[in-house]
Amino acid sequence: MEQPLEALALPTAQPSRPLRRLPTMPLAWLGVVPFFVFALMFLLLPTLFLIAGAFQDPDGHFTLQNLRDLLAPNIISAYWISIEISAASALGGAFFGALLAAAVVLNGLPGWLRPTLMTFSGVASNFAGLPLAFAFLATLGRMGLVTVLLSSLLGFNLYRTGFNILSFWGLTITYLYFQIPLMVLILTPALDGLKKEWREASQTLGATPWQYWRMIAFPVLWPSLLGTTLLLFANSFGAVATAYGLTGSTLNIVTILLYAQIRGDVLHNQNLGYALALGMIVITGLSNVAYIVLRTRSERWLK
Amino acid sequence: MTFLVLDGLQKIYGTHQVVQRFDLSVERGEFISFLGSSGCGKTTTLRMVAGFETPTVGTIRVDGRDVTQLAPNQRKVGMVFQSYALFPNMTVAQNVAFGLKVAGKSPAEIKTRVGEMLELIKLPKLADRYPYQMSGGQQQRVALARAIATKPQILLLDEPLSALDAKIRVSLRDDIRTLQRELGITTIYVTHDQEEALSMSDRIVVMSEGRMEQVGTPFEIYNRPATRFVASFVGHLNLLKATVVAPSEGRITVNGQAIRTAAALNGVPVGAPLTLALRPEAIRIGASETGNRLDGTISDVAFLGAIVRIRVQVGDNRLSLDTFNNPGSPPPARGEAVHLGFSPEDLHSVSDA
Ligand SMILES: Nc1ncnc2c1ncn2[C@@H]1O[C@H](COP(=O)(O)OP(=O)(O)OP(=O)(O)O)[C@@H](O)[C@H]1O
Ligand SMILES: [Mg+2]
Repeated sequence: MEQPLEALALPTAQPSRPLRRLPTMPLAWLGVVPFFVFALMFLLLPTLFLIAGAFQDPDGHFTLQNLRDLLAPNIISAYWISIEISAASALGGAFFGALLAAAVVLNGLPGWLRPTLMTFSGVASNFAGLPLAFAFLATLGRMGLVTVLLSSLLGFNLYRTGFNILSFWGLTITYLYFQIPLMVLILTPALDGLKKEWREASQTLGATPWQYWRMIAFPVLWPSLLGTTLLLFANSFGAVATAYGLTGSTLNIVTILLYAQIRGDVLHNQNLGYALALGMIVITGLSNVAYIVLRTRSERWLK
Repeated sequence: MTFLVLDGLQKIYGTHQVVQRFDLSVERGEFISFLGSSGCGKTTTLRMVAGFETPTVGTIRVDGRDVTQLAPNQRKVGMVFQSYALFPNMTVAQNVAFGLKVAGKSPAEIKTRVGEMLELIKLPKLADRYPYQMSGGQQQRVALARAIATKPQILLLDEPLSALDAKIRVSLRDDIRTLQRELGITTIYVTHDQEEALSMSDRIVVMSEGRMEQVGTPFEIYNRPATRFVASFVGHLNLLKATVVAPSEGRITVNGQAIRTAAALNGVPVGAPLTLALRPEAIRIGASETGNRLDGTISDVAFLGAIVRIRVQVGDNRLSLDTFNNPGSPPPARGEAVHLGFSPEDLHSVSDA
């Protein structure tokens, strides 16, 4: 009882302090309340629910069977294909995105190019899901515009080369559509952070351009490069609508398998679905944590 | 012995002539400042010496060798930037070692030299810190050590102190100068701070709009400004509007009051207007028998502690003068009539160019 009494007495003893603090504190917190509510309802609670579900059988008893079922060959292969596609699209996105970003930041291209690329990247990096899937079907599908144009104008049959939009590489290329712009968006500020004076200082100290890149620019950039690649990985690992819209269930990747478990067709096993999702959370989580660690490191340097 | 020669340097960007005919010979071990207001071409000239800009016209010679077309990494110059520009991914020791490593020195040699350098900048304990863990002043010391570790032929500093606060600026200024003297390294120092230039330099190049206005020792620049620009840019100079009465005897009038200059005003016609410069510290209150005398009214008194700055109106001329604080007598009051005394030797005519 003593603590609250003291606390109550304080405002009369020192009126100036609580008076100044009271009005600002709650208002500032009020602003972030929607965020916390949102995070709680759509992130935290579902995650907890999902984790709990992964350790239960359909009758609600504790079990490790769902996790054991993850080791089934078709599930392992689904994870594996997902990881491969995500890695391929992340590496491809990182490579081409880095080249694009470097081209607009470092070299004397016309001034309008950079804002144009940035605006396009902002839009394209958010273009995913069913619209993207259909856009690619309409261009690179068996009857897609580009496919048809190639064969009628150049006599080149894309599909005879073994290419198929409904395949591993088809999906990877489709993902690249948002992966490359995302890399551009994230890497451009990092490249801007390379100060002109670093290069000049290294030159006056006798370094060649190659030595500058090897000893300064690249070490400064690599946390951003690697971190962003991990972010791209997580980004495509979690993509479901694009994959589903594009390949239906022909390609056995985790998100589609998961979708099948939850949707309730023949494979329906909700708790196995939770376990699948848990596995994805772990993988995505790990790559995100690594991303954050690397990012903090590079930001510390670039202060 | 002349070590660095800038011979007729010009730099033109498009149609904009940023540097106009820059001629300068620098002795080995000399400390030269480029002083001027923002945009007058100081950095551009310095960057031509470093090799980052190629002169549109003119040549640069170091120790008799033409280096105009040489790349920056071939020139053996050390450079210190306003923004420190330490490599963020390297520790202090690695930063200082960079130039030595690139030059292919042995690890043992590098270690010794880095140790010496850190000793020299008085930061031996910070060898393993990263730049982001240090204050601006410490970073700039390290940048200095990095620049001189390779024993460059010329040290170039571009406003190295302007990002630091006043106190550190003064102490680092002294350190740079001491270090430069000890090592005897030929140095060009860019600044827009006249106090920095006056206190550090062997010679100062005052620049304005891409032109060299005057080259001289701090003493010459301060006491014998060649142009009106130099006169107004360096120190608080009083400019008096005078009319010539007898050029050969140096007799003139200021606001109808007759005074004279020590030097004859040869070539100036009788009755012509003339601008005269007079340093605040050359003026005394109370007329002397032998020197010049002007009568005026005190318009303002600023008590600055050790120094009292007094403004006196003489017709449409306003003069500023500094007197030392005298604990025994309070400064004069505004509105008081005063006689000002100064010697003819302290009056200099300045050209309007
Ligand atoms: N690459 C460039 N292209 C066109 N104009 C330039 C370029 N670099 C400098 N200038 C111009 O040249 C002039 C002199 O620039 P400089 O940087 O040499 O001035 P400064 O004396 O160092 O000034 P500050 O004290 O502001 O650093 C400025 O008007 C500037 O706009
Ligand atoms: Mg400058």
